[in-house]
Amino acid sequence: MNRILHIVNKSPTDRRAFDTCFRMAKAEDSILLIEDGVYAAVANAGFASEVNKRLDDFSFYVLGPDVAARGLGDISLIDGIEVVDYKGFVDLVAENDVTQSWL
Amino acid sequence: MEPWEEEEGPEVVKHFMYVNRRAPYGTIFAHECLEVVLISAAFEQDVSVAFMDDGVYQLKKNQDTTGIGMKNFSKTYRALDDYDVEKIYVEKESLDARGLTADDLIIPVEVVSTQAMRDLLGQQDVVISS
Repeated sequence: MNRILHIVNKSPTDRRAFDTCFRMAKAEDSILLIEDGVYAAVANAGFASEVNKRLDDFSFYVLGPDVAARGLGDISLIDGIEVVDYKGFVDLVAENDVTQSWL
Repeated sequence: MEPWEEEEGPEVVKHFMYVNRRAPYGTIFAHECLEVVLISAAFEQDVSVAFMDDGVYQLKKNQDTTGIGMKNFSKTYRALDDYDVEKIYVEKESLDARGLTADDLIIPVEVVSTQAMRDLLGQQDVVISS
């Protein structure tokens, strides 16, 4: 089975991209939150429970520059989501077999 | 005087409300709406700005866009007061759902309930959505 990097750039409280991503992702896939997708990483938000219960199933990453841009650098993100920079983004693309963006 | 010659007196002030429902940066809605609010302030109408759903993220303080190469326009919300745009409403339920409080916001706002926001919407002559 190909290892897939799923990329989500839509806010969980605005679009349904996360629903489909979680439904289609399989064990050992990676999920990278970028752009408005980074709001899914906020620990105190209502959507956090949806991420927390999947932390054992998938590897979660969030793009740091998008976190900082949205003023989320001063609040708690979910433990278990790894913050990456643009270089880490490139590494994730290279490490996985294919990439799927849930636009 | 013919009807088309009637002039509206300067005392005619309309109630405008700008409704923000989108997060900043991911789309252009937030930035565009802020520009329109600032322009409209010059026309001396009764202007309110409402934030609900992901729109409350526009006001999150400590935004730093150096890493994404986009302009940080969040500081411009501080200029609203200088333009006499003083009615800033944020729906409490939207803040709660996102783990935010008024302390997380870049400017002082009036946090209102869904019911109060509904009433405010009902009091407007013009509602502009983004």
